[in-house]
Amino acid sequence: MSDIEEVEGPGGPVPPPRVIGTPPPTPRLLGSGDGAEDVAAGHGTEVEPAEERMPDVSDFPSHANNAEKIVAACFLIAFIAGCGFIAAYIGLEVGSVDAAFRSNLALGLALSVALLGLGFGALIWVRQLMPDVEVVEQRHEMRSSDADRAAFAEYFAEGTGASQFVKRPMIRRTLMLATLPLVAIPIVVLRDLGPLPGTSLRHTVWSPGRRLLVYGTNTPVTPAQFSAPGGMITIVPDGYQDDPDQLTKAAVILIKFRPGELNIPTRTNGSTVIGTMNWTVDNIVAYSKICTHVGCPVALYEQTTHHILCPCHQSTFDAATGATVIFGPAPRPLPQLPMTVDAQGYLVAKSDFTQPVGPSFWERG
Amino acid sequence: MGWINARRRRPVAGYAALLLGLVVVALLYGALTRTGAQAAPTTAQQNIANGQALFQATCSSCHGLEAQGTDQAPSLIGAGAAAVYFQMSTGRMPAKEVGAENERKPTTFTEQEILDIAAYIQSIGGGPQIPTPAQVSTAGADTALGSQLFSANCAQCHGFAGAGGALTYGKDAPAMTQATPTQIYTAMLTGPEAMPVFSDGVISPQAKRDIIAYIVQTRTEANPGGLSLGRTGPITEGLVIFLGGMGVLVLIAMWITAKRREPWDVAQQENARAGQSAGTSGTSGTEHR
Amino acid sequence: MSDNIDFPKALTGTGSWLDDRFHGARGLRVFLRKVFPDHWSFLLGEIALWSFVILLLTGTFLSFFFVPSTAEVVYHGSYVKLDGLRMSEAYASTLNISFDVRAGLLMRQIHHWAADLFMAALTIHMLRVFFTGAYRKPREVNWLIGIALFSLGLVEGLFGYSLPDDQLSGAGLRIFEGVLQGIPIVGTYLAFFLFGGPFPGNYIVPRMYIIHVLLIPGLILALITAHLFIMVHQKHTQMPALGNTEKNVVGQPFFPYFMAKGGAWFFFIFGACAVLATFATINPIWLYGPYTPVAISSASQPDWYMGILEGSLRIMPAWEINFLGHTLSLSVLIPFIVPLTVVLGGAAFWPFFERWATGDKSWHNINDRPRNAPIRTATGIAAVTFYGVLWAEGANDVIADKLQIPLYTITWIARVMVFVGPVVAFIVTRRICLGLQRKDKNLLEHGLETGIIRQLPQGEFIEVHRPLDEEELALLEAKKVPALLPGPGSADENGLPAPQGRGVMGRARVIANRGFAETIVVEADGHGNGHGPAEEHAVGAGPAGAEEQAEIGPGELPESSIPHTDPLLWHPHQEPPDES
Repeated sequence: MSDIEEVEGPGGPVPPPRVIGTPPPTPRLLGSGDGAEDVAAGHGTEVEPAEERMPDVSDFPSHANNAEKIVAACFLIAFIAGCGFIAAYIGLEVGSVDAAFRSNLALGLALSVALLGLGFGALIWVRQLMPDVEVVEQRHEMRSSDADRAAFAEYFAEGTGASQFVKRPMIRRTLMLATLPLVAIPIVVLRDLGPLPGTSLRHTVWSPGRRLLVYGTNTPVTPAQFSAPGGMITIVPDGYQDDPDQLTKAAVILIKFRPGELNIPTRTNGSTVIGTMNWTVDNIVAYSKICTHVGCPVALYEQTTHHILCPCHQSTFDAATGATVIFGPAPRPLPQLPMTVDAQGYLVAKSDFTQPVGPSFWERG
Repeated sequence: MGWINARRRRPVAGYAALLLGLVVVALLYGALTRTGAQAAPTTAQQNIANGQALFQATCSSCHGLEAQGTDQAPSLIGAGAAAVYFQMSTGRMPAKEVGAENERKPTTFTEQEILDIAAYIQSIGGGPQIPTPAQVSTAGADTALGSQLFSANCAQCHGFAGAGGALTYGKDAPAMTQATPTQIYTAMLTGPEAMPVFSDGVISPQAKRDIIAYIVQTRTEANPGGLSLGRTGPITEGLVIFLGGMGVLVLIAMWITAKRREPWDVAQQENARAGQSAGTSGTSGTEHR
Repeated sequence: MSDNIDFPKALTGTGSWLDDRFHGARGLRVFLRKVFPDHWSFLLGEIALWSFVILLLTGTFLSFFFVPSTAEVVYHGSYVKLDGLRMSEAYASTLNISFDVRAGLLMRQIHHWAADLFMAALTIHMLRVFFTGAYRKPREVNWLIGIALFSLGLVEGLFGYSLPDDQLSGAGLRIFEGVLQGIPIVGTYLAFFLFGGPFPGNYIVPRMYIIHVLLIPGLILALITAHLFIMVHQKHTQMPALGNTEKNVVGQPFFPYFMAKGGAWFFFIFGACAVLATFATINPIWLYGPYTPVAISSASQPDWYMGILEGSLRIMPAWEINFLGHTLSLSVLIPFIVPLTVVLGGAAFWPFFERWATGDKSWHNINDRPRNAPIRTATGIAAVTFYGVLWAEGANDVIADKLQIPLYTITWIARVMVFVGPVVAFIVTRRICLGLQRKDKNLLEHGLETGIIRQLPQGEFIEVHRPLDEEELALLEAKKVPALLPGPGSADENGLPAPQGRGVMGRARVIANRGFAETIVVEADGHGNGHGPAEEHAVGAGPAGAEEQAEIGPGELPESSIPHTDPLLWHPHQEPPDES
């Protein structure tokens, strides 16, 4: 009664041939081997689950012979590539950037071909050579039978009764008491993992008279040397230029402004001064380079906007007005380092920072 | 000639003629157009008068006839030859748009013209000078120190390998793949646009050479691990692992689990057999009422 | 048949020797024919598995050369650009592996690419399991194990790429320490204990090393074993198809099919990592330079799987509370806690929430098509959108640079999209799912459009539809109609409302249930001529309050969804033929 004879075959409706999803030849149905009843799930035709044994010949023998050659070729190529890896390892030296490049390319190419050759070969072997079979396996109820559960409960109850765990509360309670310290001990012995923070987060190594050194060259700076407006340089404290533990808090960014551009209002935190023009020297200002968000060095200085941008999370500070926060997640301005010149004319710190440097912490205040 | 003539009607003749024409035009273009400043300049024979004339013809419309500045462009008095050299040799000046950030572009001035203008600006206000070839030579430089200085003062804008980076409000720090040693030196010295100034007092000429040597060596060294993926870090690595790695693997997984198909020739034979036997019985369904 | 194979004496001898001692023949016999269903999306978890094996192999190689120490040395190795620079031994040994150990760079790169692939495969695998509902009973524990594996993978990767002590990963560690420090009450102690003092200290690299090579791999190995054992014991789920029922597994036997395919897959994955390691540079630490807390680079991002955390740190505005001498930095704590809790915690909680909302306590061994579970799919896509917005925000400076968009603009867009995006994604996805369900209903009723146009004798043109074949039918019929719990308006004869619907939680449950139960069904009475009113309705199953006449229980499909025998004899604008 169907009037789509174009797509009807002799055996019933046959879907039109398509590239993807063309129905496969019916795979042989095997028993699942676990002894359970194998219900023929039906695969469009009647199938008896009688064919228990896996066939040991390929479905399409002529094609299988071709496939065998392809698989063998893949494995041979993998073998050659594997030997190539060993040869390249022995033959190619490393010891410079170019040599490392050549060696990496050769070794990597050889390894890739060896692995992919094995992969292709194995896959074509499965798909073209092995006969197409399908197994229907029955799932078993995960839930144990009531009888099993009852038996388990019975054994468990028997054992509990024999141990008299329930009947003798003193044993029970003292047992639990005894294990409590043992559970706590692995945590307790971690105490010496590190020192207590104490007040170390509140101070840096900057102190009165400590010179500002240019990071890298470790040379001190006079205002005359740093006179070009729009200048910026990274500074480390004298005596600690190679100490990363101290540099984490003590790194400083030094910026030179044109006359009249720098305008830091005097700010206090309670009775402590935390920013003022008195701490600048000749329109040169020093801020902590450690971002008040989570501690990355705040380093992008834009001369034209006098903004300092932290590249980690884009906190932006205005260097001309005391490093106030313009944008981004930083909660506080960058602390300003009190600065003056010493007798030789070099820039030195007047004192330590007057507030804790870097990211916030609970006890900060 | 006869050889060419005999083959003039072949299809390949058209392509050959096109290729020849392209090559000729390319050669003419290369010969006739002027390229920008390339090598380290020498300061000999700078003609200040020529520079003044060029300045007044090209630059004074924004910078003022005496280079005193207008509301469109800043004063160049005190800017120095180095600033002029940097801006003009990278093509940033003459600016194509007032107020926008200037990008590197090919310059239409010759090296000599740039030097002349630079000499003129130097003469009217002084300022940082163009470095000598010895000052920008990378021979014997300490690239280890250069790496320290670069990473502490340059990498935050220009990227750890000089691939460039974003600044605020749409500006960006350019990549350092094309800058010549002199351009790098003069940029450090004069702080163009948003870039800070790194005067000789804090980064000495020797230190500048070290930084330049580091930059040059970084950008010319091979990527031993393969393609560089842009030298911008894990972002591109993540893109590659998803689009390249997972994408390709998903396709392979589809291949592994695809249903087995009959080989095409076997299917064809079956279809042929089916077609023969269906030829008599297959048309029965025309009646549909 | 197979009797003709002469197995070598070595094989049979060894087998007997082992069986004498371990009694394995019966169990192994069952296992040889054990069925593994074949679908490409079932291979995603295996990508993670084989990647982990690759990580173990390459990691062992690297551990023979890496020195986990922050003691300072002066570098005099092959990478002459840094000759004379002071750096930690960890960094120097990594340079050594890259430039002075043959195959060292290759192993480093395979290791790092495999790590990225491990996390990527886990993510896609988790999404597959979520969208097909394969976490439902009895597989909830396996789902939780999977989430634990994902979390461990995050930490493992973080510590792994931080071991070389280079500038990029050191900045990441600094951020990690800054975040730890900001935790209320215990933050500074945690930071000082982990790092052995102030940042960076000398202990963090050796501690990360032992966590990275021993503790976490051990945990991951144990959890993977449990994960696989549970999967084998419970048998894998399967996709809805002809012949697949809740009570069987259809596929190919383990020996030799699945074994060979698994082996091939291993070689492909290893090969993919090797190809990437040959042609694509990853983690070029020699370009980053050794870590110093004084320097930073633009485009400082962690590896991709930490991107969500990075993005959430960038997206936050400044927000800090000071009180009574204490500081609570919310612009640090909220990014640290909220996104991963929402995503991972939500994922862990979801199977139980869905069970509560749908009241569905039955077993599920057949996966759902995502379109048939609109709320689940929509929630998943909303979560992906949330994750994706934060992930993209983590790359905001690179996006700003490459696409020439101002930096702050991207952050503002992300701040809006992180809230608006998931909501919009939820709504749109749900509608798309319902639309696809309508399309399925259409297919069931009208068959597949063949594109063949036929002219009827009276001159009219119709398009010929062909009926669905058995396989297509089975796929569409596998959809389950979820049941409604008794609604708020339902009351029994005495006027008492259903107990489940009472109270705040009860009412919330009913609302959630209504959402989950919304689906497109074919009307119970129709010939499939289902263009009547109220196409979209849920099918009532309670004793009272059932809005529809059709009584269809959960798990069954209305019979009318099986198509009419001759759908081709008429088309939607004609009267259906007589039922006789």
